[in-house]
Amino acid sequence: MMQSLLSILIWLPIVGGFAVLALGTHRAKGARWLALAVAIVTFIVSIQLLTGYDAAAGTMQFIEQHRWIAAINANYHLGVDGISVALIVLTTFVTVLVILGAWDSVHDKVNQYLAAFLVLEGLMVGVFCALDALLFYVFFEGMLIPMFIIIGIWGGPRRVYATLKFFLYTFFGSIFMLVGLIYLYTQSNSWELSQLAALKLTLEQQSWLFFAFLIAFAVKVPMWPVHTWLPDAHVEAPTGGSVILAAIMLKIGGYGFLRFSLPITPDASQHFAWLLIALSLVAVIYVGFVALVQEDMKKLIAYSSVSHMGFVTLGIFISLALVRVGGNKDAAYLGVSGAMVQMISHGFVSGAMFSCVGVIYDRMHTRMIKDYGGVVNTMPWYAAFVVLFAMANCGLPGTSGFVGEFMVILASFQSNFWIAALAAFTLIIGAAYTLWLVKRVIWGDVTNDHVAKLKDINAREALVLGTFAAATLLFGIWPAPLTHLMDASIKHIVDQLLIVKVG
Amino acid sequence: MSLNPTILLIIALAPLVGAIIAGIFRHQVGRVGAHTVTIAGVALSCVLSFYVLYQLVWGGAQTYNENLYTWLQVGGIDAHVGFLVDRLTAMMMVVVTFVSLMVHVYTIGYMAEDDGYQRFFSYIALFTFSMLMLVMSNNFLQLFFGWEAVGLVSYLLIGFWFKRPTAVFANMKAFLVNRVGDFGFLLGIAGVLYFFHSLDYATVFAHTDALNGKTIEIVSGSAWSAASVICICLFIGAMGKSAQVPLHVWLPDSMEGPTPISALIHAATMVTAGIFMVARMSPLFELSETALSFVLVIGATTAFFTGLIGIVQNDIKRVVAYSTLSQLGYMTAALGVSAYSAAVFHLMTHAFFKALLFLGAGSVIIAMHHEQDMRYMGGLRKYMPITFITAWIGTLALTGMPGFAGFYSKDAIIEAVKEASEHGGWIQHYAYWCVLLGVFVTAFYSFRLLYLTFHGKERFVVDHGHGHGHGDHDDHGHQEPGHLAHEPHESPAVVTWPLMALAIPSIVIGALTVGAMLYGDYFGSAIHVAHAEGEGAHDFHGWLAMALHGLTQPPFWLAFGGFLLATYIYLFNPSIADKAKSALHPIWNMLDKKYWFDPIYQAVFARGSIALGRGLWKGGDVGVIDNVLIDGSASAVARVAGVVRWVQSGYLYTYAFAMILGLVFLLGGLWWVVGK
Repeated sequence: MMQSLLSILIWLPIVGGFAVLALGTHRAKGARWLALAVAIVTFIVSIQLLTGYDAAAGTMQFIEQHRWIAAINANYHLGVDGISVALIVLTTFVTVLVILGAWDSVHDKVNQYLAAFLVLEGLMVGVFCALDALLFYVFFEGMLIPMFIIIGIWGGPRRVYATLKFFLYTFFGSIFMLVGLIYLYTQSNSWELSQLAALKLTLEQQSWLFFAFLIAFAVKVPMWPVHTWLPDAHVEAPTGGSVILAAIMLKIGGYGFLRFSLPITPDASQHFAWLLIALSLVAVIYVGFVALVQEDMKKLIAYSSVSHMGFVTLGIFISLALVRVGGNKDAAYLGVSGAMVQMISHGFVSGAMFSCVGVIYDRMHTRMIKDYGGVVNTMPWYAAFVVLFAMANCGLPGTSGFVGEFMVILASFQSNFWIAALAAFTLIIGAAYTLWLVKRVIWGDVTNDHVAKLKDINAREALVLGTFAAATLLFGIWPAPLTHLMDASIKHIVDQLLIVKVG
Repeated sequence: MSLNPTILLIIALAPLVGAIIAGIFRHQVGRVGAHTVTIAGVALSCVLSFYVLYQLVWGGAQTYNENLYTWLQVGGIDAHVGFLVDRLTAMMMVVVTFVSLMVHVYTIGYMAEDDGYQRFFSYIALFTFSMLMLVMSNNFLQLFFGWEAVGLVSYLLIGFWFKRPTAVFANMKAFLVNRVGDFGFLLGIAGVLYFFHSLDYATVFAHTDALNGKTIEIVSGSAWSAASVICICLFIGAMGKSAQVPLHVWLPDSMEGPTPISALIHAATMVTAGIFMVARMSPLFELSETALSFVLVIGATTAFFTGLIGIVQNDIKRVVAYSTLSQLGYMTAALGVSAYSAAVFHLMTHAFFKALLFLGAGSVIIAMHHEQDMRYMGGLRKYMPITFITAWIGTLALTGMPGFAGFYSKDAIIEAVKEASEHGGWIQHYAYWCVLLGVFVTAFYSFRLLYLTFHGKERFVVDHGHGHGHGDHDDHGHQEPGHLAHEPHESPAVVTWPLMALAIPSIVIGALTVGAMLYGDYFGSAIHVAHAEGEGAHDFHGWLAMALHGLTQPPFWLAFGGFLLATYIYLFNPSIADKAKSALHPIWNMLDKKYWFDPIYQAVFARGSIALGRGLWKGGDVGVIDNVLIDGSASAVARVAGVVRWVQSGYLYTYAFAMILGLVFLLGGLWWVVGK
């Protein structure tokens, strides 16, 4: 089983998803239990990955390689390093919570809804373990399909607009990547990531490729200014869609930078690092201010996501400046590790925040901040969770939200005082938009009859939020296991950056 | 001999265990269970803290410095959670746990009728844990942990009565203003890591020469000394937490929280974290004259100007709050002249007498059925003798009556600033005048408070026959100002006992410890002063001689002047107060408006940020990116491809299939091209 663990992790949820689909729309209860069982089994299998992975080595492990399309030398080539393992386990973990979270809140075509999530899970795992560029691309594009369906069918009133926008953005981005990959294939006659990384390329070639990848991944992250699809997609998506979108799909952008841009185009990445750093800081500050004035809770959290993801791109690209200009390897490790920790943590925190919105949306059917007020009076346990996740969102030490930002700010300082200062501005603006949201929704006296009638969270909701809370606190109090898991792999990526490919 | 790590762990964790039980299982344990378990936890910490202090001072124990676990390790950079317990830490542990214990006991009485009883105990126990983690830390990371954790609990407690709009505004304000400080603090920590490659205190302080000649280019072309940049950044953090001008605005508003936490958090412990931090970092601050001058200006300004505001306040708690600001300014000023031990000494004495004054104010508030306006008080001394006497003791300690605790510490600060001014520049001279005149101000507002509350004639009416029960606590307003349902009465024993327990150190702690802390070697290597002549033992001849000498010095006579003026106005001739108010109207107005900090901040930062956010959103995101770039190209595509009808049909499957088809087509094409 260990030899084909990754294939199991990809195909088990997909096959399970089709099985759920086959149950038909009338057996909702059966569909829920089957979907939950599949998700839990997948999660348990992914734990095998965690325990079986040799973190000290940091190499690609659990390798599977089969000929896929002989004519173009494409392989079904899977393998994981520490970064992938962390993201895969995050995926299987969050999927379980999403299926639990949807238990009572989705009633329409339940089997299709759950099937879409399971298929999505398999495809996302595929993205994180594909070592063949073409295979990666297939998963990368394929995963959009269930997400379109989720938003398009179970979404809100403006779902068509949101889906179209999402589609245009992501398709626009990935087309460039495909062109780039095909170009690389013509140069190397291979789709193997390791071979593409070893390929010599001039700075001009690298620059073209860098921007081709940048467009694809920047849309995914999303980076300013290609972020405007995200708030709309979140607002219209059902709760589960938002959770997966924020917790996992955004991470694929950051993952892409680490897997493609840095190894394949290191010189261009260094050349344009200033641009990426600047865009990241714009995301942190500009988008922070935009988040402040949102009137829709989901939009606010969506903008907050963009702002927090700015730390991911900042951490990745500051490391280029650090290692290549200053030769400061320790700081570069810190920056990339910070970016990775931020990705994992944001998976928990944003997933939890969207789940929290889902909880009250199910009760009140509104996401508008002004419709709430004084929720703590009727839902004290819920309020306690919201305050905890809000604090994690502000980066309070002791929660996972602090760790990544802290590491990236520390790393940035080693490059430039002002980059660190601008990044650290998130301490203020992040707290401002988050706490103002909490003040208006949670605190205060009961503002209207609807709030007065609210019922506190039930056991199932408590389980979902409690699990998120446990993860948030665990990695806040003790992030060392997480960084240890990824440490050797990150070192490998950073060390590779020192290889100059030009010429 | 060394300290037992298990004991240290118990000291830190016992309050946490209490907090968790009282918070999460609040329905199961009930009211009695909640206060029993939290008080037991804090009492255990307190007893063990005394034991640790005893071991360090008399038992010959060495400084304890060990890591508990590795928090993070990346490349060559690691961060730990661990304890550094030296005499400075031990003193802080004793102060924190003792005041916390008193406040816990007091809370039984103060919050007796509140619905959030268990929640309150959970919070204050959690606070004690966080504060202990802060003072016991052996590295910058954990310091920041504790720093933010006390901020969180402060946030929760200021907004404890979450139905009050003012409370939930005040708690957000407190958090955000503190975040401005934390912004600097975090950059300071980043600087420490950059130059020392470590976050560990011992490592950093042992290698302070690593900063020699190092510079940071803050503004292009001008190199700043790295030590100055780091210290000023760290001190900005202290300005937030210890409420120094211009980041002081949150502390008066924090009085929205229940009185016990005003005593514990916003007077005795949390707000002194900044002072503690700078004292702990003394090896770094000693490297930068610039940073110390900055500290001095801020501290002296806070000491004098916020004290002035205290004169015009009518809310009893707010007077004490402005007094706290002013006293924190004194401590900061002491730091600014390298008199770290004087600052920490004042921190300790202040913790006792200011907690006493706050709890005394709380006792008055209970008696007055949650009236806080001193204009409706007066003559309370005959109703509540214990509160009255302990309030006098606290006031004498605060105003620096020779012999009382505050005398020794405040006198030491003024003396240190004076010495600095003798061979310093205008900054030191300015600071000396601020701290000297501040003594007069302190005495004036303190005795004003005493007279308005306890002396003179009663300015309230007791309406017998009203059915106003004990039902509501300060989360509800009283009915009419100046009307009470029944006579004021002395508070219950759980309230008066802590007052008495705090009154004792307020009298004697200064005399007992001044020799060791200021003129002896109590702090040892915990505090580092580069030019040691500042607080030399040259003229110390015991606590009694110091007190007698104090009677001949300007600070005493200034305090006496303040006392006389307050006595004359508020005891004998109250009409003068109104005359002075109209005669000095511009000044009175400036003080009443608190130098207009709040409206300015509100207009510039709060409304400015919202306007900016709205501009960026509507102008940038929606205006340019969406409308022009996205929808523009979308409609162009739609026109070209003629897919408008598809779009409107809304079938998402269509898009999905179109995508798959496109993908297949592309891959097929590729296969075909390359396959040939």
